[in-house]
Amino acid sequence: MTTSLAPNGAKPLPKSDLTLHQQRQRAAFWFLAPMVLALFAVAAWPLLRTIYFSFTDTTLDDLYGGKWIGFGNYLKITTLASGKVLYRGTLVDPDWWNAVYNTIRFSIFSVILETILGMCVALVLNAEFKGRGLVRAAILIPWAIPTIVSAKMWAWMLNDQYGIINDLLMNLGIISEKIAWTASVDTAMYAVLMVDVWKTTPFMALLILAGLQMVPRDIYEAAKLDGIHPVKVFWKVTLPLIRPALMVAVIFRMLDALRIFDLIYVLTPNSKATKTMSVISRENMIDFNNFAYGAAQSTLLFCILATFVALYIWLGKVDLSGESAK
Amino acid sequence: MNRKLINNIAFYALVVVIVVFSVFPFYYAIVTSFATGTALFEASYWPKHFDLANYETVLGGRTFLRSIVNSVFIATTTVIIALFLAVTASYALARVRFRGRGLLLMTILAVSMFPQIAVLAGLIELIKFSGLFNTPWALIVSYTIFTLPFTVWVLTTFMRDLPVEIEEAAIVDGATPWIIITKVFLPLLWPALVTTGLLAFIGAWNEFLFALTFTLSEAQRTTPVAIAMLSGASVQEIPWGPIMAASVIVTVPLVVLVLIFQRKIVAGLTAGGVKG
Repeated sequence: MTTSLAPNGAKPLPKSDLTLHQQRQRAAFWFLAPMVLALFAVAAWPLLRTIYFSFTDTTLDDLYGGKWIGFGNYLKITTLASGKVLYRGTLVDPDWWNAVYNTIRFSIFSVILETILGMCVALVLNAEFKGRGLVRAAILIPWAIPTIVSAKMWAWMLNDQYGIINDLLMNLGIISEKIAWTASVDTAMYAVLMVDVWKTTPFMALLILAGLQMVPRDIYEAAKLDGIHPVKVFWKVTLPLIRPALMVAVIFRMLDALRIFDLIYVLTPNSKATKTMSVISRENMIDFNNFAYGAAQSTLLFCILATFVALYIWLGKVDLSGESAK
Repeated sequence: MNRKLINNIAFYALVVVIVVFSVFPFYYAIVTSFATGTALFEASYWPKHFDLANYETVLGGRTFLRSIVNSVFIATTTVIIALFLAVTASYALARVRFRGRGLLLMTILAVSMFPQIAVLAGLIELIKFSGLFNTPWALIVSYTIFTLPFTVWVLTTFMRDLPVEIEEAAIVDGATPWIIITKVFLPLLWPALVTTGLLAFIGAWNEFLFALTFTLSEAQRTTPVAIAMLSGASVQEIPWGPIMAASVIVTVPLVVLVLIFQRKIVAGLTAGGVKG
């Protein structure tokens, strides 16, 4: 772009042995340096330290007193004098695998539900009707409400004794006795899914809507003239065209779901049925004073996420940076 | 004709379902926040009471007001720092060609999708080492991890769309990159800055994991932590009325802001993902 504007004599350039391009690159360096430094300090460095801690026996009270213990927090095989072999560490910890199972179950179900519902909402909002602005404003409300607040609001609505949801379902005759939604092992995950779907479907809908609005209107007109059924138009025309937007929306949501912490911490505290990887890592790190063990678990979570993103981008051929499209 | 009518009715029914489902929980929180005593425990769909006692309870306790002040200070400072660092950085990313630009952009995006828990152990060390533990600055520093990549990313997409001609004209007039940013681009970028700033503000206002971990005393809590910690004498005595009142207090300003800036927010949210 501007590189073509080399100094062929438009005006004298400021302090110039450098070409304009070099000068701009030098400025760019100084513009980027503070941001890169800040991100290094709060992201890269703490990540490296977390990984380092995961190979030590550091405790929260004495952060600098840890010794290097190799993979001990991950997997430690000791053979007793009696010849019995003991396995210890996160990789053989049933609580960890329970958390992995919960996280994956939660992520898959929530993202599928949110994509389908988000698509429905987006299709509704893409149609022209009276009061569309009002509906769009309404769906922004769940998105704007802090997660903690939505967790509390729903905890109250899902309350077993006084909750309005049990009341409603009883009145409609769908259930015959009150359900302890958040406390019971069988329903805790449904409760979490319900709240998460309520809270994040709007985000999904808006991203999909932005994709839908880039589909030229005359395509629909043409299809209508040819008498093609709208459902067929959706599968054959709309969906392929919005696929890139959809793929990006799904990965953003998926990453958010895989690291979920606050909703579960507040809505279903201490429920084994919903404890996720983030919850269990923090619990070990802070509450149980297994600092290094928790660090090992959060390192594993990071590796799982990184692998997932790499696979997704590679298999889905997703262009996240927008560089190649330009 | 008849079929069209049925279709229309079905469509509007769907619209009503979407609106009710979106708005009802917040509406119900407001209804509950005005109910006290036994009225709290009858599931009522319509507002029957208008009792401010819950609000008095919440605001009367000294720490909740304090936590609102904390949240406002932390979120505002975080946003100012992030915008300041992001404006110059996104100019370089959007307007200057250099080697490794794509890689840098991808790295920034990767950081914005970081699981916060993965840096928690390292951040605890950093914050304790620098003596920031249990101060607002602990949160301001740690919130940079998600506000900065986000603001850089969105501002970069906005800046890419500014016309090249304006910049070329400025270069011909001998403007340095710094002058171009402050005198030429900044006036054009105000709408984008407001949107990104607002979104980053909401992110910082709502954050929970770091706020829970890096504060210890009640006086240092932010509002999400304060609400999560509101509790009664026992599990059976959760003070639902005051909790709902507190929830309404921290949510109403956000909802109002979001409704005012509706269009801009939608544009900002989708800028990162879809525009490319």
